[in-house]
Order: sequence, then structure tokens, then C-alpha cells
Amino acid sequence: MKTTYLFVVLITGIALAYGTIDMPNFGDPQAPANHHVAPRYIEKTHEETGVDNMVTSVLASYRGYDTFGETTVIFTAGICVILLLRETRDNKKKNRRKKGVRS
Amino acid sequence: MKNNIIIQIITRLLFPFIQLFGFYVIMHGESGPGGGFQGGVILGASVILYVIVFGIDEGRKLISEKTNDILNCTGVLIYGGVGLLCIIAGGKYLEYNILPLGSVHFASHMGMLGIEIGVGVTVSAVMITLFFETARQGK
Amino acid sequence: MIEFILAKYNYWIYITLMMIGFYAMIAKPNLIKKIIGMNIFQTAVFLFYISIAKVKGGTAPIEWEKAVQYDNPLPHVLILTAIVVSVSTTAVALALIIKIYKAYGTIEEDKILEMNK
Repeated sequence: MKTTYLFVVLITGIALAYGTIDMPNFGDPQAPANHHVAPRYIEKTHEETGVDNMVTSVLASYRGYDTFGETTVIFTAGICVILLLRETRDNKKKNRRKKGVRS
Repeated sequence: MKNNIIIQIITRLLFPFIQLFGFYVIMHGESGPGGGFQGGVILGASVILYVIVFGIDEGRKLISEKTNDILNCTGVLIYGGVGLLCIIAGGKYLEYNILPLGSVHFASHMGMLGIEIGVGVTVSAVMITLFFETARQGK
Repeated sequence: MIEFILAKYNYWIYITLMMIGFYAMIAKPNLIKKIIGMNIFQTAVFLFYISIAKVKGGTAPIEWEKAVQYDNPLPHVLILTAIVVSVSTTAVALALIIKIYKAYGTIEEDKILEMNK
């Protein structure tokens, strides 16, 4: 069984490495990722927002709505863990009885 | 770790300095590396260190369950509140240039600072909640 | 041949890390080891994206007088969001594993499947 898993992992790795032949070189300034929106963010961040850190200005000013959704995601994770694991006064007696039966 | 007196004394000494560093990282997110998420995790880590060394009951005396639940929601409300303030002042949602605080750059700075404080409060409260809920199962 | 390896070695290193995480996710029967494999996989994907952002001769994307060329700041922003999503997923997964342990008494995947039949 383990050889099947190893075989699947090797096939996936070789397929991914074959796909990197067409990707741009490491550190290429002419790569298409550096051409579309990034030069505008780099040039205009000081006059439009007045902040030196480009990452914070993109995160909080140009894409502030996405950061709002992000805060909601981590708030939802906190609520899920509270729902699953918290003992209220109603089911505290039920849990004590269950623990007594098994141990 | 209750009987090891060296660890107890060093934790009591270090606790306010870790929180001060967390606040520094949140406030200086605009001129250096940092921001809301990073500073919030540092603030949460200081309380987790205190609970590991002194026990869960001492930790509950530091921050009660009701305070933790209220702080969870306050950060998201601050974030939405800044956006609504921009609508009241006459612009679109989350448009900081409209706020009547002097020059355009200063209004933009204050809007971003309010957002980062909201994110920091929520992230630190959620980290403390996750730790307390999983650590309480071991009793 | 040497030029080809020097130009693309960063992608191959991160693909190796991804495959290590992938193997841990599908081959280990313990539930906690599967979650650790998921974390390794996610970390490798983040590093893969950030390595695209580097520009030759560029410095960190903070305004500085002596800088000639800046790095691309956009992948750093997107990966900050993705790191928070990864932490949330791991937290909820660990809470579910605690509930499974209380219901079945074990966290080995084949024994749970046997008990369910």
C-alpha cells in the first residue's frame, strides 16, 4: 500500500516540475507578474496615501475591503472553536456523568 | 511549572515588555515592517506564556471569559465603524481622504491607524480564546 | 544545462517540500500527522508564491533614499491573508479531532472506520 502512495507522489512531483519549464526565471525583471498593477502601486503610494510601507498601504488602503473579510474569517474560526468545545452549565452535569461511566 | 521559582520571576519581569513590543509593532506598521496581524499575535503570545507558567486558574483571574468574548467582537466593530464614519462624512465606504482632519495625508494616516488597531484587538483575543478552549480539555 | 538549473532551482526546492507534505497527508493513518502534513503543504505553497516576487537587485518594499529598484509588493499582501486562513483551518481541525477522540476513544483512521461499520 505504501508503494502505491509513493508512486502517486512521484508522478505528481514530476508533472509539476515539467510545468516549471515555461515559468519565468528567478529574479527576472521582465516577468509578467511585475508589469500589470505593481508599478502603479510602487510609484504612487507616497503621493496618494502618505505612507512609506508599500505592503501596508496596499493592504489597508487600496485593498481595504479584502482585509475586512480577512478579519471576519479569523473571528469565525474563534466562534467555531467556542461552539465545539465550550461547556455551559446545562451540559456540565451530562459530561461529568459520561466521564464517570467510561473511566 | 509552579515550583520552579526562576521561571516564575523571569515571566513576571518579561510580561509587560512583550506587550509593549506588541503595541510598538501595531503602531509602527506604516513606516516599517509590521501591522495589525503581526502585533496582534505578539500580544496574544504574552498572555499564553503567562498561562503556561502559572496555570489556567491564575490565567482566568487575569482575563475573564466574558471580557474575552466581548473583545472578540470589538475589533470587527471598530473596523466597520471607521468605514461607516467615512460614509457619514460624505464619501464612499472606507474612503479615508474625505475625513475632516486637516490635510489629506493626515486623514489617510488616521484611517489606517484605526483599521490596524481593530485588526490587532480581534487577532489577540481570538488567539487567547483558542488556547484556553483547547487547554481546558486536559483537566 | 547549468544555466537552466541556476534559473529555476527555487521552484524545484519548493515542489520537493510540497510533495513531502502531500505524502504525509495521504499515507499516515494517525489524524494529527495528517494535519501536520497539511501545514507543511501550505507553507511550501506560500514560499512558492513569495519567490516569484523577487527582482534582481531589488530591496525591501519600503521607501528609502538609497534604493534603485524595489521588489514586487503584491504577493506579500496576498500571502498575509493566506497565512491567517491557514491558522484558522488548523484551529478548527484540531477542535474536531478532540471531539472525535471523545466519541470513539482512538485517533487511528482504520480503527475508526472499523468501528463505524
